[in-house]
Amino acid sequence: MTEIYFSKDHEWIKVDGDEGTVGITTHAQEQLGDVVFVELPEVDAEFAKGDEVAVVESVKAASEIYAPVSGTIIAVNEVLGEEPGKVNASPEDDGWFFKIKINDKGDLSDLMGEDAYKDLTSD
Amino acid sequence: MTMNRQGRPTGVPEAATGGDTAAGPATFTGHKALERDEGLIFEIGSPAVTGVDLEDPGDFETALGGFERTEPMGLTGLSEPHVVRHYTRLSQKNYGIDTGLFPLGSCTMKHNPRLNEKIARLPGFADIHPMQPERTVQGALEVIDTLADWLCKLTNMAAIAMSPKAGAHGELCGMMAIRAALEHRGEQRRTVLVPESAHGTNPATAVFCGFQVKTLASTEDGRVDVAALKAQLGPDVAAIMLTNPNTCGLFEKDIQEIAAAVHEAGGYFYCDGANFNALIGKVRPGDLGIDAMHFNLHKTCSTPHGGGGPGSGPTVLSEALAPFAPVPWVEKAVGGGLRLKATVRDGNTAFGRMTAFHGQMGMFTRALAYLMSHGRDGLRLVAEDAVLNANYVAAGLDKAMTRTYKARPMHEVLFDDRFLKGTGVDTLGFAKALIDEGFHPMTMYFPLVASGAMLIEPTETESRRSLDEFVFAMTKLAEAAKAGETERFDQAPRFAPLKRLDETAAARKPVLRYEPPAPYAQAAE
Amino acid sequence: MRYLPHTQEDRREMLAALGVDHVDALFEDVPANALNADIDLPDHQSEMQVERAMARLAAKNVDAGSVPFFCGAGAYRHHVPATVDYVIQRGEFLTAYTPYQPEISQGTLQYLFEFQTQVATLLGTEVANASMWDGSTATAEAVLMARRITRRKKAVMAGGLHGHYADVVGTVTRFTDDAVTYLEPEPADPDAETQAIIDQIDDETSCVVVQSPNMFGHLLDLKRIAEAAHAKKALLIAVVTEVVSLGAITPPGDQGADIVVAEGQSLGNGLNFGGPYLGLFGTRQKYVRQMPGRVAGEARDADGRRGFVLTLSTREQHIRREKATSNICTNSGLCALAFTTHLSLLGEVGLRKLAMLNHRKAVELRDLLAGVPGVEVLNETFFNEFTLRLRRDAAYIVEALVERDVLGGVPVSRLLTKRDDVDELLLVAVTETVTRDDMETLARELREALA
Repeated sequence: MTEIYFSKDHEWIKVDGDEGTVGITTHAQEQLGDVVFVELPEVDAEFAKGDEVAVVESVKAASEIYAPVSGTIIAVNEVLGEEPGKVNASPEDDGWFFKIKINDKGDLSDLMGEDAYKDLTSD
Repeated sequence: MTMNRQGRPTGVPEAATGGDTAAGPATFTGHKALERDEGLIFEIGSPAVTGVDLEDPGDFETALGGFERTEPMGLTGLSEPHVVRHYTRLSQKNYGIDTGLFPLGSCTMKHNPRLNEKIARLPGFADIHPMQPERTVQGALEVIDTLADWLCKLTNMAAIAMSPKAGAHGELCGMMAIRAALEHRGEQRRTVLVPESAHGTNPATAVFCGFQVKTLASTEDGRVDVAALKAQLGPDVAAIMLTNPNTCGLFEKDIQEIAAAVHEAGGYFYCDGANFNALIGKVRPGDLGIDAMHFNLHKTCSTPHGGGGPGSGPTVLSEALAPFAPVPWVEKAVGGGLRLKATVRDGNTAFGRMTAFHGQMGMFTRALAYLMSHGRDGLRLVAEDAVLNANYVAAGLDKAMTRTYKARPMHEVLFDDRFLKGTGVDTLGFAKALIDEGFHPMTMYFPLVASGAMLIEPTETESRRSLDEFVFAMTKLAEAAKAGETERFDQAPRFAPLKRLDETAAARKPVLRYEPPAPYAQAAE
Repeated sequence: MRYLPHTQEDRREMLAALGVDHVDALFEDVPANALNADIDLPDHQSEMQVERAMARLAAKNVDAGSVPFFCGAGAYRHHVPATVDYVIQRGEFLTAYTPYQPEISQGTLQYLFEFQTQVATLLGTEVANASMWDGSTATAEAVLMARRITRRKKAVMAGGLHGHYADVVGTVTRFTDDAVTYLEPEPADPDAETQAIIDQIDDETSCVVVQSPNMFGHLLDLKRIAEAAHAKKALLIAVVTEVVSLGAITPPGDQGADIVVAEGQSLGNGLNFGGPYLGLFGTRQKYVRQMPGRVAGEARDADGRRGFVLTLSTREQHIRREKATSNICTNSGLCALAFTTHLSLLGEVGLRKLAMLNHRKAVELRDLLAGVPGVEVLNETFFNEFTLRLRRDAAYIVEALVERDVLGGVPVSRLLTKRDDVDELLLVAVTETVTRDDMETLARELREALA
């Protein structure tokens, strides 16, 4: 059973067992505008919660993607290399960035649920 | 009488009057009269052509050790007539100060006097080598020394580093001097305070020097919040970086209090000199308490922007920072004349060397000619007219547009996009429509503190007539936006050599060099 | 004042329109104790007066064209066709801003795109940027870029790297945690230099920075160094201070260099006492998003017509602020225009001829000087510059040559200012502007000065 969490940095993580899939939110891609490049981490790289994992560049800005949890990268969405526009077209599905093996699910406790995130971005 | 019926018609045929000039058939060639569609040199040139006559090197025994370049390179050449044509045609697709008013805030696009160009090209300046013996370049050293003296006197500062290649390099120079001075004091201070309205180079430079940046809050009237600043000062604060007038075009009126507080806390005050045009000859930053400031000679001292450089960023330093200035510098030689101090040995405290040679000599000669032409009296008028012109434009536009801050602007004035609210027109569309009206756009979306910012700096070299014309164009555009004439903005620019370009596609699949068409593609045509 | 359009009447009327009676009212936010200070500088001067004063200063210098001239060491005197100066003085180029508004900047953007293509072709790299400040600052930027790519801290400076370039790298990394190693110069032994570089490469190494032709004029086997670097996943940064050499020598990119930087002054740009010059910067396509500086890229407009824009600008400081790839804003636009105009005139045929002409003259001078007593030529390989070991202090001899109206070269002691063991070394450069007469004069005067 998958659960979805959101960070205040406008990332989402879908958790299935001890694996998490991470991307940026619809709200984030709207703010960024047209995404032109995504720099992805290497598989097997380890990150602590809050580390810079990836970079997303739009015509307007370059932004860092932070690890929402500590863990090891187990897959990256190679398609984004050729088609960064997928982040705009399908941010919370086809436009995922990477999958991470979660060290400690306790890291999820300070993330938000969908409703709390909606409240955050509705102002 | 004899009737001569062979003259040419001189009237305008009826079919040529009225009508929409943009309508009608496109030209066969793609050219539009004086505006030519010009191919790349790789398309119009040939590897077999050269536009230079050179002596034949002949056969001889080389000493290249087997590293001879034997493969064809793929460079094309053009004959001299076609080189002249190619670049003349390209130039006609550019807007420059020579074309018209350039209201780019924080960029100081003023007239570039041709006298400066003439002087920089004197063989005694243009054709001397940086490593010639010092006694063969005394005139060049005197130029550097004299310009240094002018810049120090205009700022009331103790010393100057002349070698920085551009404004950002000057910032680096100032911040490295600060870091070196702290090290010399045996202190580990790491925090640099930068206002959110600062130019992006400020935080970039601070981080480059190993500092951490903390953002300074602004007050509602667009200036540094002095109380908040004082609360942030402490034993870890290395420096504050301020632009004055700030990037909203306002003078930081509490600047002396800010400087005193920073010094009290043991930090240094870096002033970004990008906006010195508002002060030159009128206010000396040294009297305001700063420790370092870079000049942008390509802004304040009229050396040409050249489509993005070369710039030049001499950096003045206070007594406290002077011992840490980078090499080289010019000093009086024992026994008369000038010499170049170019080595960091002998236990001196210079923080290092910023560039291979002595800085932008070609910009020094131009800047000195500019300063001498104006003199003390003329430079004061520069600042006064620059500020007068910005205020005149501000007053002219207040009816049609929304100014971000009420306070009196200095040499530039900040508007935001509130007047466009609900019109369906944004700052970008507004700026692009200004292109159609014959002007370069103003600075847009900077500073970040204003929504849809439009920062306007007319400079002192604009006449009242050209300011009036600019205000007229801006006012009419604002009225058009409010009247719902969105087509004027959505498709703008309509009359420029090209329409709006797809920068997204260009950034997603960057094509950064010409690739010849593949042979099969040619065959298929 | 001739550059200020307002009359006193204009000023009065404009102030009145603003509702103030004196211009100082516009400076009301400036502290009173800092306004209108008396500055000890002369008043304005006419165009004629300024021209006269500046011409007097210019006349105090010995310009290179007036004497037999052999200085190089990173700045070279080449003949620049008159067309080049005409082009860069066109007001639409000279007085344009950075091309952020592509619709009215296609002139600048197209020549930058052409420039990038020419530079990449010359350096043998896949891509090149739109220029940097000069060769030395480009070298420092390359070291920082290698650090970003490899995430390693150790940078190795070859012993034959221009002394001032090494100093600039040292200065830029002074307050970072990069570990820079400087190898000993080998003025007479390029093989020893190459071996020392290779010996330094280990698993911690981010990059090796190697100049060829090196500071002493020797050509190095970059391929061998590249292979050694790549075996340890380090990068080779190749430095070229005389870009005309690439008309005769296999480019560093073709020899495996990952980043190639060069001083581009030699094409289109005068000596100008050291600046403004032109940094060239090329690298592999896969590193393009780590490349510093501006780049122009191809784009289409709303009607589908080809045009050019500045692209990849999200890496720049005005957007990334403290996360920028470097703090550089300007490139060297007008110097790049001079470069590309000169190279368009030369074309491949002309560049090769120019390069071989330089080399032939250098060979000729080598043969002449090798016969001068007290002179030892240290080079077996060179392009248009080589090193002499003199019987006496080189700086002293250069001064003696000035007495004889010859600018005879650059003493190595001016480039390696911290060393005491290079005093007898003299760098001598020859370009197409040097005549047979000049060379014979140098040989004769050098013989007498050394006697």
